[in-house]
Amino acid sequence: MEKNLSNFKKGEKGYISEINVDEIPLKLLEMGCLPGNFIELIQIAPFGDPYYFNINDSHVAIRKETAKEIIVTLETTI
Amino acid sequence: MSKSTIKVALIGNPNVGKTSVFNQLTGLNQQVGNYPGITVEKKQGASKLSDNVKAKIIDLPGTYSLNASSIDENVVIELLLNKKDEDFPDVAVVVTEVENLKRNLLLFTQIKDLEIPTILVINMADRMSLKGIEFDLPILERELKTKIALVSSRKKTGISELKSLILNYESLSTEPCLNASVIDPDYFNNLRRAFPNQLLYKLWLVITQDVNFLNLERNEIKNSFTKSHSDLKRLQQKETIKRYQFINDTLKIGQKIDASKATDLRAKLDRVLTHKVFGYLIFFGILMLIFQSIFDWSKIPMDFIDETFTSLSAYTKNHLPAGEFTNLLSEGIIPGISGIVIFIPQIAFLFLFISILEESGYMSRVVFLMDKIMRRFGLSGKSIVPLISGTACAIPAIMSARNIENWKERLITILVTPFTTCSARLPVYAILISLIIPEERVFGFLSLQGLTLMLLYLIGFGMAVLSATLLNYFLKLNCKSYFVIEMPSYKVPMFKNVALNVIEKTKAFVTGAGKIILALSIILWFLGSHGPTNNFKNADAIVLQELELSQNIASIEPELIENKISSYKLEHSYIGILGKAIEPAIRPLGYDWKIGIAVVSSFAAREVFVGTLATIYNVGNHSDEEVTIKNRMAAEINPVTGEKIFNFASGISLLLFYAFAMQCMSTIAIVKKETNSWKWPLIQFVFMSGFAYLTALIAYQILK
Repeated sequence: MEKNLSNFKKGEKGYISEINVDEIPLKLLEMGCLPGNFIELIQIAPFGDPYYFNINDSHVAIRKETAKEIIVTLETTI
Repeated sequence: MSKSTIKVALIGNPNVGKTSVFNQLTGLNQQVGNYPGITVEKKQGASKLSDNVKAKIIDLPGTYSLNASSIDENVVIELLLNKKDEDFPDVAVVVTEVENLKRNLLLFTQIKDLEIPTILVINMADRMSLKGIEFDLPILERELKTKIALVSSRKKTGISELKSLILNYESLSTEPCLNASVIDPDYFNNLRRAFPNQLLYKLWLVITQDVNFLNLERNEIKNSFTKSHSDLKRLQQKETIKRYQFINDTLKIGQKIDASKATDLRAKLDRVLTHKVFGYLIFFGILMLIFQSIFDWSKIPMDFIDETFTSLSAYTKNHLPAGEFTNLLSEGIIPGISGIVIFIPQIAFLFLFISILEESGYMSRVVFLMDKIMRRFGLSGKSIVPLISGTACAIPAIMSARNIENWKERLITILVTPFTTCSARLPVYAILISLIIPEERVFGFLSLQGLTLMLLYLIGFGMAVLSATLLNYFLKLNCKSYFVIEMPSYKVPMFKNVALNVIEKTKAFVTGAGKIILALSIILWFLGSHGPTNNFKNADAIVLQELELSQNIASIEPELIENKISSYKLEHSYIGILGKAIEPAIRPLGYDWKIGIAVVSSFAAREVFVGTLATIYNVGNHSDEEVTIKNRMAAEINPVTGEKIFNFASGISLLLFYAFAMQCMSTIAIVKKETNSWKWPLIQFVFMSGFAYLTALIAYQILK
């Protein structure tokens, strides 16, 4: 199942399936925010923004508006 | 060995402990300066490799990749692309760390593409067992075409291995570890054909980056090989994917992770430190601790410094032969130096806390917690760092705004940071508060003076936030907003790193501000002890004559006569004439011409205020007793009304003026450099100082 990253809940994880390259800073790509890589939402800051992720073993916080540009295939829970 | 000095560049991502490795290699053998023309810090050090070979090590600014997004990162590329630079390294040492090796290797593969001999340092090796990580070093060395040093700068292991690798740098491979040009073969083949003598990756960096590049005509490349911004970014994405594929494949065979062994301290600490209630409580607790240390703990060493210098000044005056030079020393230079030295305790405490917060990884959590709140005022979560460091000094604070990605947020941060109460305001506040606020306690334990100081800090922060809101509303800048911050793992700060950082920052502040203060106090002393007219030269005779006319001179104490003469002299000195000239402008604020002089000279730097008054009063006071500056101020009386000069109304008016006015030349200079125009520092100066004048005026007129 695909889901927009900005709708993630704490603890949800999956693999990045699509990113909007024009809206995503290069720095984030370099930290591993690339199609195919693992991503997990670790924490949402109080007041609902920013989001704190583990992306490809990098721990990074980004704002919700950037998260909107990323689509993730949820890891199917067995 | 062919060389007696090997040039080494330390390169690495932020938060990998690069500076710890640098400190281990160089010990205390390091210098900090600036790159010419820009305010990026340049750290260099020497390291002894063998009996007759040493290394000159440059600690380059931390960067995530060779795609620069700030002037700090530009420094790295400009050095590595310019073979003619005197600092161009013989060998590059790329520092990575155990837990983030995958991401850290991205930069490594880029450096390898530059065909510079490269050593890979895997730092924080002491955390391997904690995280259940193991490496197959021979495989990694083969795949990455390099030599690896497994280092723990905390446990001090692996440094000698690293030194011997540096010593034998000539045997290192300079072959790239992957071929990234496969992402668009046609494009890169054409590029290669057009510039057969240039390194392909170098060309690619010149096309994609906005850096100074000396030996290549960038226009020539740009014209024939230009692509749209969006196309370039797509290629950069492809390139990054390609590099990660290589890194993933390499780590699959060269690294073993046993996740079951990993203990996750990070998750536990994060849960508490970024909690919606406890997170803020802890943050404000830490802020209170910081302010407590500035208000309270540094008071003891500061009082000690104050008294020492006062007695030193008296001692010089009593024991050196009388004359111009003795006067310059005891009335100009010693009080001037005292005004600088007295800051050291506060500055040191502030930098101590800030570097502990950054070293431990906690600062990123504060940024994360505060981002949403700060954005409401047009700031970024990252503005928290400048705003907190601003309580030490606005100059490093404004420089630390560099890692705010969004230009508008960064600009607003730069413009409002000088409102935060920097340590230069503290001595002004401290002395004024002790003069006008009674030494009483409310509810038996809260000191009234302490509360006033606290209130002034809050006013400063409040004004910063308020003007940020205004700027956010009026500034019409359309900036693509983005925000990326790494959340590093928690670490116990290393003593050596923190200590070196505190010493270095304090030293920079003292020498930087010190020069201005010292120069000003000498100038002020001269202006105060010399005058253009005969009134000044014949002061003794004139005063005596006046006194004789009015009353029986024998009944007046000699000390009083002495005082009358010196204040008459001061009034007719250069500084007195200058002060009288500006008096009409400052009288409505409740200041006399002596305060006026102090306020005007404070526009060089605020801390000059106390020193100036000290110099002025010292000049006007020839008794040999030790009188502290505070007693002198308290004794100042308006000759017309007979009231105290430093009363409640004029005191509050002064406090407000110093809280808001832009009185720091160095800050103006740094704002000019960081914003690259005179427009912003000028607006800042006019707005802040105008606002200061207005509030001081209103306060005095209401309270008097």
